[in-house]
Amino acid sequence: MHVSMTVNGEQVSGEIEPRLLLVHFIRETLGLKGTHWGCDTSNCGACVVLMDGKPVKSCTVLAAMCEGHEIRTVESLEVDGEMDPIQHGFHERHALQCGFCTPGMLMTTRALLDENPNPSEEEIRTAISGGICRCTGYKNIVSAVRWAAEHEAAAKQEA
Amino acid sequence: MQTPAPFEYERARSVDGAIEALQRLGSEARIVAGGHSLLPMMKLRLANPKHLIDINELAELAYIREEDGEIRIGALTRHVDLQRSEPLARHFPLFRDAENVIADPVVRNRGTIGGSLCQADAAEDLSSVCSAAKARVVIRGTDGERVVGMEDFHVGPYMTAVGSGEMLTEVRLSLRPGAGSAHEKVERRAGDWAIAAASAAVWMEGGVIADAGIALSAVGMTTIHLGRAEELLRGESPSDELFAQAGEIASADCSPSADGRGPVDYKRHLAGVLTQRALRRSTARALKEEA
Repeated sequence: MHVSMTVNGEQVSGEIEPRLLLVHFIRETLGLKGTHWGCDTSNCGACVVLMDGKPVKSCTVLAAMCEGHEIRTVESLEVDGEMDPIQHGFHERHALQCGFCTPGMLMTTRALLDENPNPSEEEIRTAISGGICRCTGYKNIVSAVRWAAEHEAAAKQEA
Repeated sequence: MQTPAPFEYERARSVDGAIEALQRLGSEARIVAGGHSLLPMMKLRLANPKHLIDINELAELAYIREEDGEIRIGALTRHVDLQRSEPLARHFPLFRDAENVIADPVVRNRGTIGGSLCQADAAEDLSSVCSAAKARVVIRGTDGERVVGMEDFHVGPYMTAVGSGEMLTEVRLSLRPGAGSAHEKVERRAGDWAIAAASAAVWMEGGVIADAGIALSAVGMTTIHLGRAEELLRGESPSDELFAQAGEIASADCSPSADGRGPVDYKRHLAGVLTQRALRRSTARALKEEA
């Protein structure tokens, strides 16, 4: 079947099998390998992308369901060589070691900040509770999101 | 790699169109909404539909509204919208209690109330929530609609009253005075299925429990509806002794299996304790005494 959708602002389309999962459409059909394919059971959160601005687990969404929808992957965070504040936060606060969960964590927390620019530690922990990180113990991820929130607020005040 | 077996995909453009497709394609067709139960089952070959009818674009099935003395919830309403609904939290706070602990926020962006109920998984929270709240569901087919109470909706493990060529379209909750409700769940970690969970609702009249609804998740092959405990409570004044008796009934009337989440005696114990807690909170909420 034919499917077309917007991925990172660009109209894309492809001939797919109906059973193709969104994560494989993104990685294999489009060649965007930033989105990670993890547990395949909607438990680990490595494959989180934004669908119409909301985080979803792309291993449990059919590519066919995305016809006409807007998908955002981790590749969209960096614009003109400038990292997104959430990426800066992960860098500054050392919020990753192996990096496998990172694309999902980045997209989940980017969506959190879009909806709630000043989240508490508890709100951050709830937001990332659908993602599993085996390296950091989550402490540095929470810290990175706070870093991004504070820097985005400061940048807005300056503007 | 886990991938579903091949199937034909069709996107529904209207509720009638979805029902027409179900009729045309027969028993090999399934409705898919959020897909967070069905797609994992298809990956494991526990479900092998030949046709999927995608209803995700049917915006007319996504709503929560007050109408004719009821709260009406469209089948495509997602967990996140149930969690955030103020009218639902005001009249039936057990929904928010449950939604705060159903899966995780990312999954809650996709999963729907209709999908949860039609999956009829005994470990799933919304089934016991709707049972305790004495919900009725609207099932539509080519011959029109019928309204079925939760007691007749789940006919067995993973089996519902939805017949071939029919789909669930709406969940209805009657607004009656003096209502209070709560959902209590114990899970091993954030986002996990319940080890056990209890849903309760009471309707108070003049300091007495005029009616009660109680149901349990994850402690039997189906959602356990505690009819004996409801009968015990009707016409009585709320007290810890009364709720302890209801808890004893819950422990006795559930039928848990031992698994990685715990042994049978532990689950029976939890069913009793959670029933008591849910009743205590329901009553406090009905009497506006909740701390």
